[in-house]
Amino acid sequence: MNFPVIKGAAYGLIQAADMLVHHGTTQTMERTKDAKSEHLKKLPEHLRSFEQAVGYPPNQVYIGNMTPDELINVPRPWYEQPVLGLSRDGKYGEIMPEDEFIGLMKMVDAFELVILEEQFQLGVKEKIVAHPVLGAIKDVVKLDKNPGKAEEIQNLVDNHVAQPMYFEGKLVGCVKRAHEFDEALSNHVMYENLVSKASAAFALQLLLNKTKLKAEEVEYIIECSEEACGDMNQRGGGNFAKSIGEMCGCVNATGSDTRSFCAAPAHALVEAAALAQSGIYKNIVVLAGGASTKLGMNSKNHVEKGMPAFEDMLGAFAIHIGENDGFSPMIRTDGVGRHKIGSGSSPQAVMTAIVADPLDKIGYKILDVDRYAAELQNPEITEPAGAGDVPLANYKMISALGVKRGELAKTDLQKAVDNFGMPGFAPTQGHIPSGVPFVGHALEMILSGKISRTMIIGKGSLFLGRMTNLFDGVSFIIEKNSGTVDTGFNKQEIRVMIAEAMRDFAKTLGEK
Amino acid sequence: MENQARIMDFTEKYGNENLIVVLGGGEAEASGLAAETVSTGDPTFAGPLAGVSLGLKAYHIFELKDMVDASVYDEQISMMEMVLDVDAIVQEIKTYRK
Repeated sequence: MNFPVIKGAAYGLIQAADMLVHHGTTQTMERTKDAKSEHLKKLPEHLRSFEQAVGYPPNQVYIGNMTPDELINVPRPWYEQPVLGLSRDGKYGEIMPEDEFIGLMKMVDAFELVILEEQFQLGVKEKIVAHPVLGAIKDVVKLDKNPGKAEEIQNLVDNHVAQPMYFEGKLVGCVKRAHEFDEALSNHVMYENLVSKASAAFALQLLLNKTKLKAEEVEYIIECSEEACGDMNQRGGGNFAKSIGEMCGCVNATGSDTRSFCAAPAHALVEAAALAQSGIYKNIVVLAGGASTKLGMNSKNHVEKGMPAFEDMLGAFAIHIGENDGFSPMIRTDGVGRHKIGSGSSPQAVMTAIVADPLDKIGYKILDVDRYAAELQNPEITEPAGAGDVPLANYKMISALGVKRGELAKTDLQKAVDNFGMPGFAPTQGHIPSGVPFVGHALEMILSGKISRTMIIGKGSLFLGRMTNLFDGVSFIIEKNSGTVDTGFNKQEIRVMIAEAMRDFAKTLGEK
Repeated sequence: MENQARIMDFTEKYGNENLIVVLGGGEAEASGLAAETVSTGDPTFAGPLAGVSLGLKAYHIFELKDMVDASVYDEQISMMEMVLDVDAIVQEIKTYRK
C-alpha cells in the first residue's frame, strides 16, 4: 500500500515571562481575587531570563539540539543543569525571546489591533529584519507603521479596552478589542488568538526555512490549537489555518481548523495522512501555536517550592505530510488507533482502544514498537503540582497492558518502560506535548536506522468543555519507509486487459 | 470545586452517616488531599468545603477490591493496580480516616 509520509517537522518555543505574569489564567484569576496576593508578590523573583530558558535542557530537546535519550542522562533538577554552548537556534526549531514575539504579533495582526510603543517598535523591527526566518515574512513592513505613544497605550489598558503587552516589566504595547460589545472579539480573546496565530506562523516559517518544503507547494493546512476565532454569531468559526498560511506566503493553500483538546494534533495528522494518501493534496502542513492562558498554570506550586516559574514557554510546531516518496518515514494508515464513543473511560479501556487495538490491526505486539510518544509533558513542571510524571505513567500503562495481554512478563514491566519510553520534554501547553514533539526526533532516528517504528499518541480531556464526560485519544504508527512507491494503475496493462475482455466477449457473440 | 459542591449537596440530602467517598486518584498526595477535603475540609481553602468538616470516610477503589465484581475490577482497575504505587496511596488515604 502507498502510505503517506512525514517529510519534515519544525518546532518553535517562545519565552514569555511577562506574558506569564499578565496573561496566564492562574495569575489573572489571582489578580481578580486578590491583587495583593502573596503569589503575585513572590512570582517576579521566580521568573527566568531568556538565557536561562535557552539553556534549559528540555527546551534544547524540543528544538532538536539534544535528543530525548540525552536528557535521560541529565540529572534532575534540570533547571540546575544549564546546557552550555547551545544556542537558541536548533536543528528542528528555535527559541524566541518575548520582544521579538511581540513584534511578530503586530506583523500577524490584520486589523490594526496591536499598538506598539514607537521606540520599542523601532528596536524590535531591527531585530526581526536581521532574523533569517522572521525577516523573510513580508508583513515585516507593518513594523514601520502606526506606532503608539506610551500614554495612549496606558490609557487604552487603563480603560479596559486593550490587553497590555509587557517586556521586562515595562508596558510596550497593547492589543485592542475588535468590537465594542462582542465578547468573542474582546481584547482578551483577540490577544489569545493573536498569540496563537503568531506562534504558529513562527513554526510554519521555521518549517519552510529548515526543510525543503516551499511555501507555494503547500496545498492544505490543518491548524489544531485549542483556541477559537470567530465573532458572537460564530464563535469558533475559524479559520486560523488560512490566516497563518497567508503570513508565510502559502498562496496555493487552503485549510481548516481541527479541535479536540490535547488530542487535536494526532487527529489532524491522521486527517493529513488521509488527504495525502488519497491524492487529494500533495503537501499538507499540520500546525499549532501556543496558549498564553496556560503560562504559569502551576506557578503557585513552583513558587511555593522555591523553583523557577518555568511554565514561561509558548510552544508551537509544524509538520509536513506528503505523498509516499519511497524514502521518508511512513504513517501506517491501516492501523490508526481511536478511542471510540463506546470504548469506556477507564485508563485500561482508553489504552486498549488507542494502543492495543491498532497494533492488533497491523499484527504487531506491544514490544514491536520501539518508542511510544504520549503526553510528553516535562515532569519537572508537573510533579511539583501533584500531577506526577505523565509520560512515565503512560509508559507504565502501556507496559501493564502488555502484561495483561501476555506479551511480556510482569517482572519485565519496568524494563519495557525503560526501553520504549523517553522523558517528557515539552512545555505544558495542552495540545503541544501530545506526542507530536517526538516526530522530529523520530524522523531522524528512523532514517538513521536507530529505530524502526514509533507510535504517536494524542489524548484529550473533552470534559473540560462541559459538553460530554467522554475522554479522547488517537494514535498512529510512523515507521521506516518500505522503499517502494506504488505508482497505481499501469495504463498499458489496463488497455491489454480491456482488449482481452472485449475479444472474449466478441467470441461469445460469435458462438451464438 | 464543583465536586465539592456536589458532595456537600449529597450530605444535605442523604446525611453524612450514610455516605462514604470512593476515590480513584493515581497519586498518594492528590488522593490524600481529596480524602482530607471530605473529612476535615478543603486545606487549600479554594472550594465550598473550605472550613467545612464533613467527617466523611474516603476509601480508594483499591481498598474495595473484594467488594467489587472480579470481572469488572479486572476490566476497569487491574491495569492501573500494576502501574500505581498502591501502598503509598492507600496509606495516605487511611491517615484521614483515623
